[in-house]
Amino acid sequence: MSRITVKVDGGGYTDDVEPRTLLVHYLREQLGKTGTVVGCDTGNCGACTVLLDGRSVKSCSMFAVQADGHEITTIEGLATDGQLHPMQQAFHENHALQCGYCTPGMIMQSIDLLADNPDPTDDEVRLGLEGNLCRCTGYQNIVRAVRAAAAAGGAR
Amino acid sequence: MIPAAFDYYAPTSVDEALALLREHDDAKVLAGGQSLMPVLRLRLAAPEVIVDLGRIEALRGIRDDGEALVIGAMTPHSVVQADPSIAEHAKLISLAAAAIGDPQVRHRGTFGGSLAHADPAADLPAVVVALDAEMVIQGPDGRRTVGAADFFEGVFTTTLSEDELLVEIRVPKYTGWGAHYEKFSRVAQQWPIVAVAAAVRLDGGTIAEARVGLSNMGSIPIRATAVEQALVGQPATAEAVRAAAARAADGTSPPTDLNGDAEYRRHLASVLTRRAVLSAAGAG
Repeated sequence: MSRITVKVDGGGYTDDVEPRTLLVHYLREQLGKTGTVVGCDTGNCGACTVLLDGRSVKSCSMFAVQADGHEITTIEGLATDGQLHPMQQAFHENHALQCGYCTPGMIMQSIDLLADNPDPTDDEVRLGLEGNLCRCTGYQNIVRAVRAAAAAGGAR
Repeated sequence: MIPAAFDYYAPTSVDEALALLREHDDAKVLAGGQSLMPVLRLRLAAPEVIVDLGRIEALRGIRDDGEALVIGAMTPHSVVQADPSIAEHAKLISLAAAAIGDPQVRHRGTFGGSLAHADPAADLPAVVVALDAEMVIQGPDGRRTVGAADFFEGVFTTTLSEDELLVEIRVPKYTGWGAHYEKFSRVAQQWPIVAVAAAVRLDGGTIAEARVGLSNMGSIPIRATAVEQALVGQPATAEAVRAAAARAADGTSPPTDLNGDAEYRRHLASVLTRRAVLSAAGAG
C-alpha cells in the first residue's frame, strides 16, 4: 500500500492505495465520486477525463499514486452552490447528450479546451474533443454546446 | 481491467532510478504511461516492479544550449508543442507533437517515453531521425550519446539496455527551415498507416536542403535519403517535388496488415511525401 494525499473537488483526502489502483477507480470506489465513469480498457474513449492541476487527463491512464500531492477536479466539483458550471448549463440547454455516458468526460475536456482557446471554431472544438467518443454520435449538439458556453464566457 | 500487482517506486533523481533498475530484474520504466497503461490494464504485461520517472524534475524541460535544443525526456508533448524555442528552431517537432494522440494524451505522454517505446507507427521517431537528433542515454557507467538513426533497432526495440534510461534529446537547430508533418489514417484515433515528416531550407525559390522521415514504412523509422538528394537544387514546384517524392519508398520494406498492404503503403509514402514537402516549402 502507498499513502497518498490529494485534493479532489476542493476537499483534502489522505488514503492508502494499492500502487496498481487506477486514478479513476480511486475516485469512484474509495471516494465514492461515481460521476467520473469508465468507458473503455484502452484509453481511447475519454469518458473518465478529469482535470489534474487544471489540465485534462484520462483518469484510467494514470495510477492514483501518481496523483499524490496534486489537485483533481471531477465533474462533481464543477457546480457551485447548486448552480451548474456554464459548460454544464450549455450542455443542458443544447441537448448535448443522449445516453449521457460520455458527458462527464466531454464536459471536462471542453473546459480544458476553452482554457486554451476561449473562442474556438466548430473545427477547433471537434479537434479539441478528438479524445472523447460519443457512441450515440451526438457530436453536433456537443459542438453547439461548447460554442454556446464559450459565447457565455464559459472559460472559467 | 485492473493491472496485476507490482511494487512501485517513484525516485526523484536519475541516479536513484538507475539504482532501482540495477536492483530489480523485472522492472518496467513508467514515463507518461499513455502506451504502458493500456498494456498493463489488458495484462499484456505484468512487470513485478514499476519505476515511475514522474517525480524526477531534472528530466523535464527544454533548454537552448546555443548549438542545439535540449529536450528533457520527461517533457510532456503539450509542453513541447507549445514551446516557442522549438517552434523557432525545430518547427517539425512542434507540428508532430501536436499530432500525437489527443489533448489528454499530450498532457501526460512524454517526448522521451514515446521515443523509448519505439512504436513503428509513432509520430516522433521519424521526426528525430529526419532531424538527426542525438539521444542522450544514462546508465551505470555514465552517459553515452547515440544518433537517432542508430537508436531504433526494431519493433518496440531500441539500443537502450535494461539498466539505462533515455534522459534527453539534443536537436540541432533548423532555424528558418519550413516544416510539415503529414499523417494518414482511416479513422479517428488510429495510428497512422503511413506518416511523413519533412523539413526544407529554401534559398530563393530553390530547395537547398531537405530532410524527410517516414513512419510505419518498416519496423523502424526511415530517412528517405533518395528523396532528400533528389530535392536538393530543385525549384519548390509541384512538378519537381512530385518527381522527387516518387522515390519515397525506395529501399523500404513496409508491412502488410489489415489497414493496407505493402504496395498501398509505398503509394501513400510517395503521395504524403509530396504533400509534406510542398507544404514545408510553403507551396502546398
